[in-house]
Amino acid sequence: MNIPKDLKYSEEHEWVRVEGNVAVVGITDFAQDELGDIVFVELPEVGDEVTADDAFGSVESVKTVSELYAPVSGKVIEVNEALADSPEWVNESPYEKAWMIKVEMKDPAELNELLSPDEYEKATSEE
Amino acid sequence: MTELKHTPLYETYKKYGAKTIDFGGWELPVQFTSIKEEHAAVRERAGLFDVSHMGEIEVKGEAAESFLQSLVTNDVGKLEAGGAQYTAMCYENGGTVDDLIIYKKGDHDYLLVVNAANTDKDFEWITSHAPENVTVKNISGEVAQLAVQGPKAEAVLQKLTDTDLSTIGFFKFKEDVSIAGVPTLVSRTGYTGEDGFELYMPWEAAPKVWEAIIEAGSEYGLLPCGLGARDTLRFEAKLPLYGQELTADISPLEAGIGFAVKVDKEADFIGKAALKAQKENGLTRKIVGIEMVDKGIPRAHYPVYSGDRKIGEVTTGAPSPTLGKNLGLALLEKPFTEIGTEVDVEIRGKRKKAVVVKTPFYKRG
Repeated sequence: MNIPKDLKYSEEHEWVRVEGNVAVVGITDFAQDELGDIVFVELPEVGDEVTADDAFGSVESVKTVSELYAPVSGKVIEVNEALADSPEWVNESPYEKAWMIKVEMKDPAELNELLSPDEYEKATSEE
Repeated sequence: MTELKHTPLYETYKKYGAKTIDFGGWELPVQFTSIKEEHAAVRERAGLFDVSHMGEIEVKGEAAESFLQSLVTNDVGKLEAGGAQYTAMCYENGGTVDDLIIYKKGDHDYLLVVNAANTDKDFEWITSHAPENVTVKNISGEVAQLAVQGPKAEAVLQKLTDTDLSTIGFFKFKEDVSIAGVPTLVSRTGYTGEDGFELYMPWEAAPKVWEAIIEAGSEYGLLPCGLGARDTLRFEAKLPLYGQELTADISPLEAGIGFAVKVDKEADFIGKAALKAQKENGLTRKIVGIEMVDKGIPRAHYPVYSGDRKIGEVTTGAPSPTLGKNLGLALLEKPFTEIGTEVDVEIRGKRKKAVVVKTPFYKRG
């Protein structure tokens, strides 16, 4: 399983790439593997506010619907519109092509609540 | 939590990379590689399913036929030895106890194959109505079931037996067919909308037969398949799933399996009066197909509206792997069931447009 060292992780299987005061958010390799073939991604709109630990969208596999939980709070400044037509990218490239939203962080201290790659690896091996 | 039940193939799943889930108390594979790939394998080539969790109930005795006639909706009198029949079993009010297949082995010897989660309920229901000269036995723990489905199913299976499988017609079966040396009941039936066979064999023999079919199927591109693909396959073919299209609250007529309900057969059967009334007075609701117009996937229990009026709910929904559309089966009030009717499906609080379409969504050519 792929857990890049330069990212932070949530217990709900989202990843965060920090770029200044912006958080790029997607779901992890572990999550996409558990879900199976992703067929639909529902994301918020640019300008929407998201709140840490609250649902901001959903991903659907053939069989299931799963909520996406915001790892940090803030304003959505960019959405990966291409996922609407290419949901399979979530399976093929969860950390690169399938980034989901970019959030202008309200409180960067929330990042301290997230897991390190080692902690996330430990958390998933216990599931 | 009670421990999950395992089929004889549980150890074998791991070897093929199965992802297992709790399905009505059974730990079963939802997929091996990918639901989409497994689905395509069955539509284009062949797939192998372990369905050993299904229930098998023997009904034997002089009065077996007349007893079954009083119990089920289809006309058991039409069955000849070596024939199988799809039927429903109803409550007095026309709601469904289960849907099942009846195999007639001989004049006084029948095998009923029922849904796994309903096996205990069905066995109690059947025994509570059985007359003294009929014996009812639950043999689910002794019988394993594998399904080989797809256009190449016969070619794959033929490699493992000397019996000419082309002589077994649709909804016909043969007993004691040697498959890879194991005595097997071979039936040309299935739950995928494709040609194929369902195989019944002794519980312990299932891994041997499974491995032999995997090996025989490799040249045809056969894949081991999980319940995920089984569900999308049966859904496209509009084969009902108990608990979704059929329930204690939904009659077989409402579910669209009226072909298995013979209200004019001579024998009285449980639910006959209620079903006859439904037929004569017209249904107030029925299962129809819907196709999403807006983006979104309908899922079981999502409410369906016409304007502000709730007119029913989705019973099964999925992105159809064969057709590439977001489709659903929905139980709707009768005035909204005409093909072309525009409806709204509520998906996570938002109304999304859909339209009533013809079913089955998929029919093999």
